[in-house]
Amino acid sequence: MSRLADRRFATVVLALALLALAGCAGEPDGPGEAAASTPAKPAYGDVFVEPILGNISGLIPQLTNDMISSQVSSLIYSGLVDLDDHSRFVPALAESWDFGADCRSLTFRLRKNVRWHDGKPFTAADVLFTHAALVHPKTPTARRDDFAAVESIEAPDPYTVHVRYAKPYARALMSWATAMLPAHLLRTWVEQGKLREAPQHWTHPVGTGPYKFEEIRSGEKVALKANPDYFAGRPYLSRVVYRVIPSQATIFLELKAHGLDSAGLMRGLTALQYTRQTEYPAFRKAYAKYRYPASQYTYLGLNMKDPRFADRRVRRAFAHAINKQELIDGVLLGLGREATGPYKPGTWVHSPNVARFPYDLAKARTLLAEAGWTEKNAEGLLVKDGKPFTFELLTNQGNEERKKVAEIVQASLRELGVGVEIRVLEWASFIKEYVKKRRFEALVLGWAIGEDPDQYAIWHSSKTGPDDLNHVSFQNAEVDELLERGRTACRREDRVQYYHRIQEILAAEQAYVFLFFRDALPVVARRIRGVEVGPNGLTYEFARWYVPRGEQRYTAD
Amino acid sequence: MLLYALRRLLLALPLLIGITFVSFLVIHLAPGDPVELQTGDPSIESSAQAQKMLRELYGLDQPLHRQYWNWLTRIVRLDFGRSFAPDGRPVIQKISERLPVTLLLNVIELLVIIALAIPIGVLSATRQHSLFDKVTTVFVFVGFATPDFWLALLLMMLFGVQLGWLPISGLRSLNWEYLSFWKQHLDFVAHLLLPVIVATFGGLAGLSRYMRQSMLEVVRQDYIQSARAKGLAERVVIRKHALRNALLPIVTILALSLPGLIGGSVIVESIFAIPGMGQLMVQAVFARDYPVIMGNLVIVATLTLLANLVADLAYGFVDPRIRLAGRRSR
Repeated sequence: MSRLADRRFATVVLALALLALAGCAGEPDGPGEAAASTPAKPAYGDVFVEPILGNISGLIPQLTNDMISSQVSSLIYSGLVDLDDHSRFVPALAESWDFGADCRSLTFRLRKNVRWHDGKPFTAADVLFTHAALVHPKTPTARRDDFAAVESIEAPDPYTVHVRYAKPYARALMSWATAMLPAHLLRTWVEQGKLREAPQHWTHPVGTGPYKFEEIRSGEKVALKANPDYFAGRPYLSRVVYRVIPSQATIFLELKAHGLDSAGLMRGLTALQYTRQTEYPAFRKAYAKYRYPASQYTYLGLNMKDPRFADRRVRRAFAHAINKQELIDGVLLGLGREATGPYKPGTWVHSPNVARFPYDLAKARTLLAEAGWTEKNAEGLLVKDGKPFTFELLTNQGNEERKKVAEIVQASLRELGVGVEIRVLEWASFIKEYVKKRRFEALVLGWAIGEDPDQYAIWHSSKTGPDDLNHVSFQNAEVDELLERGRTACRREDRVQYYHRIQEILAAEQAYVFLFFRDALPVVARRIRGVEVGPNGLTYEFARWYVPRGEQRYTAD
Repeated sequence: MLLYALRRLLLALPLLIGITFVSFLVIHLAPGDPVELQTGDPSIESSAQAQKMLRELYGLDQPLHRQYWNWLTRIVRLDFGRSFAPDGRPVIQKISERLPVTLLLNVIELLVIIALAIPIGVLSATRQHSLFDKVTTVFVFVGFATPDFWLALLLMMLFGVQLGWLPISGLRSLNWEYLSFWKQHLDFVAHLLLPVIVATFGGLAGLSRYMRQSMLEVVRQDYIQSARAKGLAERVVIRKHALRNALLPIVTILALSLPGLIGGSVIVESIFAIPGMGQLMVQAVFARDYPVIMGNLVIVATLTLLANLVADLAYGFVDPRIRLAGRRSR
C-alpha cells in the first residue's frame, strides 16, 4: 500500500490536515481510456520509470519538507495506519486501533511478523522510538507538534501501543500515518542529536515499506527494488526508478519518446498538454490519461483591515462580478471545478449546501450601491467620499495561472467601475514584505489543503498576527468556536457538522472570494495495469500495479 | 622564473582571503536566509522554536564576523562544512560528485571549440571579405544568438523523438549496468553528443572572432611583410610567422576560461538532465545554502587566481619579450 498521493499535501502543508474524501470519483478521460485496465494476469517483473523535477533532499521523511523526497520515501516506509484513495483510514503496521471514550487515548494492535528491510523484526519498541525521535529537541523536524501533543506512550507488550493525549487531539490518528523509524539503527544518532547525519538519511534507508532502497546517484536517479517480504504482499513491479529531470519540457519529450512511464504521478501534464499536445493516436495508444481534482484551490483574498473590504456587501459584489466558469475555461482550459469553500468538492467534509454567487453584474452593482458606491467619476470609476474605488492586486512571480486570474479579475471588476492595478512580486519578498506584514489590499493566492480538515490556523481570529496565516484578518466568533470544537473531536460524524457550518459561514461572508480547484492530470503507460484513480489520486495501490508477462519492457528482475 | 611564481602565489593568498570575505558578506546580506526559506512557507505552521533550533544548528545565531571566522578556520583545514539543505551532507561530497561530469563536458566542449574556432578564425582572416568569411561570420553569430534551450529542444525533438537516433536526456541509459564494457562507453558518448553540440554552437562565436581579429592585426605587421618579401610561401608565412604570434592573446583567453570549466551551464544541464555543478550552484543560491555557495566560490576563486598565474607564465613562455621585460622591471 503506497501513500504517494496522500503524503503529497500532508508534507507540503502542515497547517491544514486531513481532508478526507468520499464520492467524488476521479475520471479517466473519455470512455475508451478506461481500457487501460483491461484485465490480464498479474505478473512480477518490469521497471517503472518516473520523473522527478529535482534531487531528493533525504530519505528520513520527517526531516524533509519537499514533495519529491516524501514521494520516494513513501514507498520505503510504512506508518501504523494509512489512508486509502478515498482518504479512509486503513490498517498498515497496526492491524487495528481503538479510541477511548474521552477521545484522549488511542490503542494500536500491531501486525506480527513484520520485518525491517534488514531482517530485524518490527515491534512496539520501534513505535516508541519514532515518537521519542520526533520529540527529541535536536531533531530538526516540522512534525514535532503532532507528537508533542502526546501525554504518555507505552507498550505493555511488543505488539500493543497505548497513546494518551493531554486533551482531545483531532489529528491523533492521522499523525500515526507517519513513517515508523528503525530503533536498532537510528537510536544513537537521535541521542547525539545528529539524525540528519545518519547514513539512513541518504544511502541506507531501512523501512518496512513495499520497496527497498537500491541506489542513489545524486542529481541523476534513485532506484528502489521490490521488497519480497512486504507485509501486504510482494509488489509486482520489480523496480522503481526515479529519474531527475529538472526541465518540464524535457519530461514531455521523454514521454513522447517512451522513455518514461508517467509524467510524474504527483504532477502530471499541463492543461495545454492534456487537451492539445497529447491528442494524437500514438500517444493515446501508449499512455492512459487520468483526471481528478487536485488538493489545491485558488482564491481572491481581500484585506479586511481595509474598510472598503470589511463590508461584506463589497466582497459579495465581487463574487457576483467574477465569472468562475470563464476563469476555469480561460486559465485551466476547462480542467477544473468551481470552489465554493476551502474543501475539495465531493469529499466527506465538503458541503454543497452553501450560498452560491452566480455571475450577475446587475446584482453586483446593487450590492455596491447598498454599500454606498453610487457615484461615478469621469473615468467611469465608482467614487465615495471623493475617492475613486481602486486597489492594488498582488500575486507572485512564476505562476502564470495566478497572473491570468489576476488579469481576468481586473477586467471583471472594471465592468463594475472598480479599478484594479496588478503587481507581480518575487515570492520571498511577496510573502515577507507584503503578506506577513499585511501591506496589501488584495491578492491572488492558493492553498494546498492537507488531509485533516482543521483550518484553525487560517480562519481563527487569534491567527491574524504578523506571522500567522489569517492574512485577510477574517474574524467571526461562531467560526472561532466551531474551529475549536472541530480540532478537539475525534470522530468524523461529530466533526463533519462543525465543518459544514464553517463552510456555510465562509461562503456567506465570502471570507475569500473562492475561485477554483484545478484538476491533476497524470498519465501512466498503458502496459501498466491495475491503475485506479480515486479522488485522492492514483498511487495508493501502487504495489498492486503490474505489467502482464508478454508486455514487460525491462527484463531486469 | 620559479621565484616569480612563488612570489605571485604568496601574493595571491591575501587576495583569496579578501575575495572570500567580501563574498561571505554579500551572500549573508542578501535578503532571505536558509532558515526562513525552509520554514517560512506560509502554508507551514512553523514554530519560532523550530526556527531557533535550525539557526543554532547552522550557527546563524552568532554575529557575522564570528561566523566568518568559524568558516575560515575550518576552510584552512579544508573542511568545507555541511550543506544547509535538509540532506545535511558534507559540501565537499556534494561538489565532488558533480564536478567530474561538468569538467568532462566542459573540457570536451572547449577542445571542440578550439579545434573549430582557430581554423575558422584563421581562414576568415586570410580570406577577409571572401564568401567563406561572410558565411562563417553569419554562422557563428547565428550560433551566438540562438538560445541554448531552444536549440536543445529542437535537436531533442529531431534526434530523440522523430528519428529516435539519440537519447534525449541524462547521462546513461537505464540498462547501463547490464551493457557490455564497450556498449557502456558508446551509450555514454551518445548521451553527451547533443549537449556538446548545443554548448559548442553557442561558444564558437567568441573564440573564432578573437582569432580572426588577432590574425588580421598580425598579418598587417612589418615582419609579415618582410617574411613575404623574403619570398616565403604564403602557407609558411601564415602558419609559422603569423599564426604563432596571433595565438598569443588566445592563450590568455583560454587560460582565463579555466575556472569556467568547473562552473556548469545551468540551461544545458537542466534541459539535458545532467547532474552537474550548474544545477548544484543554482539550487544552493535559491536555498541560500551558504556552505555550498562558499565552497564552490573558494574553488572557483582559487582556480581563477591560479589561471591568471598560469596565463602570465605561459605568456612569458610563448613570448620571450614579456619574460625579459618582466625581469627588468623588478
